[in-house]
Amino acid sequence: MKTLADLRKIREKAQNDMKLRNSETRVKVVVGMGTSGIAMGAREVMKAFLDEIANRQLHDVLVTQTGEKGLSSMEPVVDVIIDGVNSVTYGNMTAEKVKRVVAEHIVNGNPVNDFIISTDK
Amino acid sequence: MKFYRSHILLGMSETSIEAGAKKIELALKSELSKRNLQDEIDVLETGPLGFFAKGVCLKVYPENVLYENVTVEDIPELVEEHFLKGRPVKRLLATTTRVEAYDFNYKERNVLENSGIIDPEDIEEYIGVGGYEAWEKALLKMKPEEIIAEVKESGLRGRGGAGFPTGLKWSFTAPIDSPEKHLVINADEGEPGTFKDRLIMEGDPHKLLEGMMIACRAFGANKGFIYIRGEYKLCIERLKHAINQCRSYGILGQDIFGSGFNLDFDIKVGAGAYVCGEETALIESLEGNRGNPRFKPPFPGVKGLWQTPTVVNNVETIANVPTIINKGAEWYKSLGVNGATGTKVYTLMGDVAMPGLTEVPMGITLRDIINKYGGGMLRGKKFKGALVGGAAGVILSDKLLDVKMDYESLKEYTAVLGSGAIMVMGEEVDMVEMLWSILRFFRHESCGKCFPCRLGTQQLYNIICKIRDGEGKEEDLESMILLSDAMVKSSFCALGQSPYMPIKSSILNFRNDFLKRIK
Ligand SMILES: Cc1cc2nc3c(=O)[nH]c(=O)nc-3n(C[C@H](O)[C@H](O)[C@H](O)COP(=O)(O)O)c2cc1C
Ligand code: SF4
Repeated sequence: MKTLADLRKIREKAQNDMKLRNSETRVKVVVGMGTSGIAMGAREVMKAFLDEIANRQLHDVLVTQTGEKGLSSMEPVVDVIIDGVNSVTYGNMTAEKVKRVVAEHIVNGNPVNDFIISTDK
Repeated sequence: MKFYRSHILLGMSETSIEAGAKKIELALKSELSKRNLQDEIDVLETGPLGFFAKGVCLKVYPENVLYENVTVEDIPELVEEHFLKGRPVKRLLATTTRVEAYDFNYKERNVLENSGIIDPEDIEEYIGVGGYEAWEKALLKMKPEEIIAEVKESGLRGRGGAGFPTGLKWSFTAPIDSPEKHLVINADEGEPGTFKDRLIMEGDPHKLLEGMMIACRAFGANKGFIYIRGEYKLCIERLKHAINQCRSYGILGQDIFGSGFNLDFDIKVGAGAYVCGEETALIESLEGNRGNPRFKPPFPGVKGLWQTPTVVNNVETIANVPTIINKGAEWYKSLGVNGATGTKVYTLMGDVAMPGLTEVPMGITLRDIINKYGGGMLRGKKFKGALVGGAAGVILSDKLLDVKMDYESLKEYTAVLGSGAIMVMGEEVDMVEMLWSILRFFRHESCGKCFPCRLGTQQLYNIICKIRDGEGKEEDLESMILLSDAMVKSSFCALGQSPYMPIKSSILNFRNDFLKRIK
């Protein structure tokens, strides 16, 4: 049985955890894993990110999932967030395109203009 | 049909028209005819072309060449070089292929504010963005009557189709003294073309759960059910996971936060009949019976699930509740117009460039939704009409493009907002085909309990088939309206009353389409 104080602690802990994660990881890759995204290959895209990041031994990149943003026709949709602030949204992603995003954006800091559908949520 | 070897798409927007897009269109067409290319190359107006560029932009298919900053003076050279000699004009090529930034509209979102941002399978991410603060407030700092008063004041209306005021619905059930009351969430989402509830549940399941908790507290239920369609596998998985997380965090269970309040939720998977979205049929199905509607009154609020007082609400309706409790009714009312408060989630499909889903304040126009969130019409098609509200909705003509989308404004045109599904139709769509597919749907989905609907939907289908086969008469149109009107008056549930709207509106707005098949 939890008390009110317990809930507060959970919230504080959760918020701290999120902050901590932002400072430990330079880059956050968020893959949209809704029904449309998965149908369009989001799982393969996520796997491609994980593989590419492992191959290049990048230790400051975190890959997580989220729901759909709503632009079903551009799925799979992926956010790349650097230093917790610069957010870029890519659309129509494929495993092939992931290689370019990792090399050009995550490693070299140049977003891949050709695949961007939106910047800053 | 003419076969063009190449298409020139001309991006039409307020800015490009100011920059002379219309003049360029004329210049292009006259230059093409001068060179006798008018039958080989087609010029089409479209919405935004989908990339960042300056001035008037052209996109040439099939080569997919992008030009920017085109002026009338450039046209002769462009036509000569590109379309006669097949050499793109280098100096006019767009310098970037970067797409125009799509606006997901997160700053105005409410129900879907976290979907696409947080991990739906991690309760701590939800808590981290302020989740379950509203539940804590509702449970420990507010009296149940105060919660209902706040929701009433907010003006929140049901998002499942009928638009009934939510606070009012709760206030009928709250004072009833009963050992058991239930909340049932309608997640059947059977309206063709609607998938908003799916996005809420799979993108932010805790949002729905938090809203359910507040609702249960408000009218005194200790048990909530989510009745969800079986196709929504990912939603079911994520909701189950979320409920288990809540139990282990003590957010659901016995004596929550020492308040003395007990609450638990369960999920029931539906078998995919449209009529099971009707609240009393849904309750029958939940009880394990065949999904036939019940007689009203008594309404579910008095005698619903297992004869206990039961509130049935739509997913989107309830997902609005946490923010109302957090930010207050005043804030909620500040969004929207004409007594329609808050935001609405629309699913946008058909002949738009970028189909999908968006959440915007109440009262935006259809034109804005199509242009701003749908990326304009698909490949420069001309807008013919839109089916708003699913199969039970209304087919609007282009005259209604600038009508504000809220309950009252649409009512003036005997249209409804319904579930918020918008099916956009380009010029080549034949309304006879459209109505045929709608009537086929109703014939299939009639549950057969009452004869006006059982026989009526079959008869309507027969008539539209006759018209479709070119054997109809003009009187058939009036017969369809009369018959569906009689069904409105005599059907047992709202399913049998639904065909009237699409029949009446399509015949009224697109009579010529029907006459073409008749004569
Ligand atoms: C044939 C028929 C199908 C319906 N399907 C749905 C549905 O899929 N989802 C839904 O929320 N409401 C549906 N409704 C409306 C429900 O009966 C009910 O009005 C609604 O769930 C109430 O919730 P709200 O007040 O939050 O909108 C349907 C109604 C009818 C007559
Ligand atoms: S109106 Fe149609 S769906 Fe409703 S009870 Fe009658 S037959 Fe069944």
